[in-house]
Amino acid sequence: MQKLLNYVRESQVWKSIFRHGYPDTPRNRTLAVLSNVFLHLHPVKVRRSGIRLSYTWCMGGLTFFLFLILTLTGLLLMFYYRPTAEKAYEDIFALREHVPIGVMREMHRWGAHLMVITVWLHMYRVFLTGSYKPPREFNWNVGVILLVLTLLLSFTGYLLPWDQLAVWAITVGTNMARATPFLGHEGPGAALLSFGGIDFIHAGDDVRFGLLSGRFVGEGALLRFYVLHCVGFPLIAATLMAVHFWRVRKDGGISGPL
Amino acid sequence: MNFALATLLSGGGGAVNDGPLAAGIKNFANWLTEPTRYSVSSILAIAAVFYFRKFFSKVWVITVFFALATGLFVFAFQDPNFNAIITKPDNVPIIILFATVIFFSWLSLRRAVINDERTKRGEPTLEGELSKQKVFTWPDLVYIELICLVLFTAALLVWSIMITAPIEEPAATARTPNPSKAPWYFLGLQELLVYFDPWIAGVLLPSFIIVGLCAIPYLDTNPKGNGYYTFDERPFAVVFFWVGFVLFWVSFVILGTFLRGPNWSFFGPFEFWDLHKLEPMVNVDLSTYFWVELLGKPRPDEPLVREAPGIIALLGYFLVLPPLVGKTLMKKMVAEMGMVRFNVFMHLFLWFVLIPIKMGLRWTVNLKYFIGMPEFFFNV
Ligand code: HEM
Repeated sequence: MQKLLNYVRESQVWKSIFRHGYPDTPRNRTLAVLSNVFLHLHPVKVRRSGIRLSYTWCMGGLTFFLFLILTLTGLLLMFYYRPTAEKAYEDIFALREHVPIGVMREMHRWGAHLMVITVWLHMYRVFLTGSYKPPREFNWNVGVILLVLTLLLSFTGYLLPWDQLAVWAITVGTNMARATPFLGHEGPGAALLSFGGIDFIHAGDDVRFGLLSGRFVGEGALLRFYVLHCVGFPLIAATLMAVHFWRVRKDGGISGPL
Repeated sequence: MNFALATLLSGGGGAVNDGPLAAGIKNFANWLTEPTRYSVSSILAIAAVFYFRKFFSKVWVITVFFALATGLFVFAFQDPNFNAIITKPDNVPIIILFATVIFFSWLSLRRAVINDERTKRGEPTLEGELSKQKVFTWPDLVYIELICLVLFTAALLVWSIMITAPIEEPAATARTPNPSKAPWYFLGLQELLVYFDPWIAGVLLPSFIIVGLCAIPYLDTNPKGNGYYTFDERPFAVVFFWVGFVLFWVSFVILGTFLRGPNWSFFGPFEFWDLHKLEPMVNVDLSTYFWVELLGKPRPDEPLVREAPGIIALLGYFLVLPPLVGKTLMKKMVAEMGMVRFNVFMHLFLWFVLIPIKMGLRWTVNLKYFIGMPEFFFNV
């Protein structure tokens, strides 16, 4: 057994992948982190205070992990889901009824709920440890955008099952946009934007119309939300997460007393 | 809890044949969770937690709390009305939210209390003690991450196998469900719709929340409390965030999920969601109070004149109050922060405070709007 292991470890294939020995010496532990693009997100050495669960609550890490799970399960769901008013409900229903022990939709839905919770808790912990204070002000701001994106991801995904819950929750949510000052047709100031008796802002061109590509939550909204949910927001979020992690390191690692 | 268990064991739950004690508890819970009492008692609770933080940060206190909460939960679970709401699969996360927010609030408070005591004795904080040591990422950090990840995945898998994701009837734009609720994470804002018009609750306040969050690092000029839990070194910041996050945001999500039923009427946790429960609308505008009640005249027709009292009150609140307190009460703060920071802070803070003010006025004098100009969709 040991021989076999050694044989594998000495082989050209293994050595081409792992350019260091078993990470039990300082040199190899350093190399293990430095030579791996994913682990390389971390510094080689970290302050002991920063890795305690009672300090970080692991919430940033879990948020990121949930993002990965959601990407994976979402990808699988995309194989079976067609974002049209006729097919959307049918496809989701079929996933539920025809897949024995299907957990992809469940993991995606419960994971999405959880991600919202973990982002909030992450922000809570960052606030309570004062980790937004210099030099981390900018990273806090990147975080705020990530928070908004997480909510938007969840919000756009909420519509996709195309059942009563979905359509009406999005209706209630987007109804707010009607009341945007100046830009919504029921918002204060919108009436001022008229010229010679012609309103510039009405139900057919205000911000809500732009969000939904229609006067109500219909097929146009479904497609729009689908594209944003599956492509637009994840791309932006992934990019900003890269910035976020990079900045955690550049700002001196997880915060600790100076 | 003993009692809860006793009822459970004797099978005495259920709405129909409640014993006097069970009925009493349920009635009390329904009474206490009514929005006015809910908000006031949570503010008092938060104040008490901070004031007696030494006591509340003890391990046995949180243990007893969760034991009691679990006991109550088991007891409540027998009630058909409570059961009907709590067992909706999409409400499971709200219970997780409730438990985790309370637990982590407690944890942070505990660490803050310990750190503050250490600082008082001249010792380094918990974090300070450990931050001098450096450890290798591999294995120390990577293993923690790996263990978290595996346990977490296992939990998520079990949850996913046990509870199937729901799907309701196909979308029908003609049939409005009652209640129509926004996704749960926005229910705090939907709750504010009771007190404010959509352009404030749905547009202005969310924008201010985002802007305000972004501004926090630039407004908080206190250099202390960076990288460790503490209360004494930044009491205002901590209390502010608890009130904003735990009370206004999280607890209103919970209120909106469990206690708001058809027509957004309030229902106690043990109350049946009756479609026909109507709450009388007796709210009165400030202009009516001023012209009709105070001066005994009919309200003027010209909207700007009619709403002058509210306009003046709000202009005074937003424009006169900041420089006034800046020159007097908060002189020191202005000196520390500078004019720009102070004004941005005051503006955001006054919006934040306007929420409880409006709530309070609604509950006490049924105030509807400070400024009510439906002609221009401009109601504050
Ligand atoms: C998709 C959302 C997010 C992801 C995946 C994420 C991930 C992370 C991770 C993995 C860390 C390392 C430390 C830790 O786990 O606590 C971190 C740190 C940090 N995050 Fe986030 N985060 C997100 C959202 C946010 C939000 C909403 C905020 C604040 C509004 C924020 C502000 C910060 C700051 C300031 C740090 C540095 C903290 C320190 O050094 O102690 N992040 N984030």
